[in-house]
Amino acid sequence: MQQIINFLIRNKTFITYLVLLFIALGLTFNAHSYHNTKFVNSANWLTGGIYNTSDAITDYFHLKSYNEQLVKENRVLRSMLLNAGVDTAQAKPRFGKDSLLNDYRVYNASVIKNSYSKQRNYLLIDRGEKDSISQDMGVITSQGIVGIIENTSSGYATVQSVMNTLSEINASVKHTNNFGSLQWDGKSLNVVQLVDILRAAPIKEGDTIITGGMSSIFPKGIPIGTIKDFSLDVSENYYIINVNLFNDMATLDHVYVLENLNREEILKLESTIDEQ
Amino acid sequence: MNNSSLSNIIFFLVLIFLQTTLFNQIDFLGYLNPYIYIIFLVYYPYDRDNTIIFIFLSFLLGLSIDIFSDSGGVHAAATLTAAYLRPVLMRWSFGVSYDYHTIKISKTTFGQRINYLTLLILTHHLVLYSLEIFSFAHLVSIVKKTIFSAIFTLILSLIFISLFSKKKT
Repeated sequence: MQQIINFLIRNKTFITYLVLLFIALGLTFNAHSYHNTKFVNSANWLTGGIYNTSDAITDYFHLKSYNEQLVKENRVLRSMLLNAGVDTAQAKPRFGKDSLLNDYRVYNASVIKNSYSKQRNYLLIDRGEKDSISQDMGVITSQGIVGIIENTSSGYATVQSVMNTLSEINASVKHTNNFGSLQWDGKSLNVVQLVDILRAAPIKEGDTIITGGMSSIFPKGIPIGTIKDFSLDVSENYYIINVNLFNDMATLDHVYVLENLNREEILKLESTIDEQ
Repeated sequence: MNNSSLSNIIFFLVLIFLQTTLFNQIDFLGYLNPYIYIIFLVYYPYDRDNTIIFIFLSFLLGLSIDIFSDSGGVHAAATLTAAYLRPVLMRWSFGVSYDYHTIKISKTTFGQRINYLTLLILTHHLVLYSLEIFSFAHLVSIVKKTIFSAIFTLILSLIFISLFSKKKT
């Protein structure tokens, strides 16, 4: 017994080191799996507050480009409305359950911390639970997809970016019905990979990739990017497609958060299938 | 004693603030960031009896950076390892006969300083990127990021040290 205690005292530095290292590794490996970054994330009042302040300062330098972006988006939406023959003076937002248009509710948010140089990139936005943001909501901009809400606090939320090696989003090639899964290999900025597209699919460089709608997070048809190049995978049955994102992930600021109003219903239905 | 621990605490907080709001946003060439907060390990006084406090503080520093940058525990593990290995690295760069208690980084020779900083930064960055990328398939990417980031951090730390060292009287 005495010897054990002596041993512990002699090696107390090393033991402290080991214990702390195990904690650090534990946190690291937890962060490797989705939904497990509960303890160490930047969606809390302190880190969120600091990022909010620093973002408020840097925002001023980008006001002009944000304005241009907004005007462009307004122009597109305006022309869509006119061409669809909607009378803008009389149209009112409806929130009826029966309408297909009202499956999603849209919130606006501002990115206050951006990250794109790591393997697992997370963004921080200035909306949280008190703005009815919750886990697994989709995040997009006017140009295309951004990511999925992962953690929330009362005033802030972290977003798992599409440029995150853990990210997996259902996507398809526009005008075909070939579905695949959108991933990131962690190699280059703004280039993500679409895998599991069947070899028979008619694809060519420059084709548009959109979300597939086979999840309860994103509706079908949100733009993602265009095909940069493609190759066959090891089994030679599926394509691995490099996709140029429409969004420049390095200069994100104003984003929209999508809430699927039918999500609970879908999940409930899915869980009954699992039980059987 | 109290004065020095107070200045250490302030230095600790200032480093976290600078690292997260300024140095993490640089993204030179798209992916390079200097991890300047590592110089906390350089400035913290060496004390053989209080190594545990030092190791724990380093862990805390890394963990704070992790919380800000949503990276799990990679900075904590890297800073912790660098802190644990600090006595060994000191022996390698300053020699066995050196009196570590009175060592001041601003009073060492330029060669010793570069040696010491390079070893410390390389240790830290290697652990950091190995854990962050965590795949042997990306070994080249780990080494590349470690080396380029380490050069960046080294240059900035040298500038920092020469800027903020007290003038010799």
